[in-house]
Amino acid sequence: MNRRPPSTLAVVATVLAKDLRVELRTLQSVPAMLLFATTIFVIFRFGLDRTRLDGALAAGVLLVTILFAALLAINRIFVAEREQGGFEAIRLAPADGTALFFAKAAALLVYLVVLEAFALPVFWLFFLDSGSGLVPLLPVLLLLDAALAVTGALISPMATNSRARDLIGPLILLPLLVPAMIAAAGAGQHLLAAGGPSYEQYGTWLAVLGLYDLIFLLIGWAAFDFLIED
Amino acid sequence: MSDPVPEPADAPALRTSGLSHAYGERWVLRDLSLELAAGETLAVLGPNGAGKSTLLRIVATLLRPTEGSIEVFGFDLPREAWKLRGRIGFLGHQPLLYRDLDGRENLAFHAQLFGIADGGARAAELLERVGLAHRASTRVDEMSAGMVKRLAVCRALLHEPDLLILDEPLANLDPAGAETVAPLIGPAPGRTRVVVTHDVDAALEQADRVLGLERDGSVAFELPVGDVDAARARRIYSERTGVAA
Repeated sequence: MNRRPPSTLAVVATVLAKDLRVELRTLQSVPAMLLFATTIFVIFRFGLDRTRLDGALAAGVLLVTILFAALLAINRIFVAEREQGGFEAIRLAPADGTALFFAKAAALLVYLVVLEAFALPVFWLFFLDSGSGLVPLLPVLLLLDAALAVTGALISPMATNSRARDLIGPLILLPLLVPAMIAAAGAGQHLLAAGGPSYEQYGTWLAVLGLYDLIFLLIGWAAFDFLIED
Repeated sequence: MSDPVPEPADAPALRTSGLSHAYGERWVLRDLSLELAAGETLAVLGPNGAGKSTLLRIVATLLRPTEGSIEVFGFDLPREAWKLRGRIGFLGHQPLLYRDLDGRENLAFHAQLFGIADGGARAAELLERVGLAHRASTRVDEMSAGMVKRLAVCRALLHEPDLLILDEPLANLDPAGAETVAPLIGPAPGRTRVVVTHDVDAALEQADRVLGLERDGSVAFELPVGDVDAARARRIYSERTGVAA
């Protein structure tokens, strides 16, 4: 038999393709995220009794909504591996275990990009006079998505292996995400300011987010194999 | 990943010494020492809760032993478990199949994980041999338990493993299904097998060594199959394990 251990990239592609295929087939995570985000926007609109938001409040509403919508997917991202043997399969195969971490982070990133493709226009419609701040906000959101995806893929297997996964995941994850949320909010409040976007400390906040992503990517790369051991 | 690591010369397929495992305070496997040559079959007998499945998971590199040592093909576990990746076929109680994928998709996924170049052809061949070719496009969650078991057999054999670990491999199969699957997972040149079964006759027929475990996980007997006849094995099994054979 012609058999050769697959490269890490090939395993990432295999697991990612499997996850996206299952999501397209079952619609377990993304529709729930979209519905959740829309509901939260409606609640904020009526709860704050405001039809227009700007500055820190606008950034806060948008980013908190994305954060909690992301938790829905993060809580589920390793459930199939736990319940249907994906962890064992990857440990029996001549495959790099960290490929599972990269694949899950990539899947979460795809889910979050789809979420924002839907949620940003809704947010604009509900709360903004002008969408001019949303375009420069995109790199911020992309880096925040990467932060959510990488930390989510790192913490989720630990939570999934515990009985109280719905509780443990957010309890560990949310404190870890504070720096990324501060950076995203720091950039977002100026970009969504009344009167149009300002770029105060824009580069600094992007750099902070990029550094955060890099650090957690390296931690995941180094530690993930240990996390999926029995 | 690099190419498979050559195993140490003259190493037995399996060697354990004082192997024990506990889940918390509860010991399920106690002080197991045995040796199995490459190409041989070890049949493992014992009542429920005797540590049979735990032993299989340790041999499969999926579980760390609590005490004692274990070598598979000369590689010390769990320290050198990575050197065995791709050489073990594991058929446990869980089928290791994704419920939302169909049979063909599941096998393609595993073929890619194992780096099998002609995975599609290999999967098609196995599906044909277990009688699932016509249901290859059926999702696993729509299959019967017997069909899932046959698909799991295909998954475990896909990469032609050197060590085949089987936990009650014919459970959930009807007689026709068992007849179809048995030759595929039976003894074969170059294949070492560790098989958990409750069928003493089948164990003696196909095994080179027989291991019996007591209810508390200790070793009731560990015998070369040539040293024991079926009646004696059944009697020992019944007396020492409390299970009628």
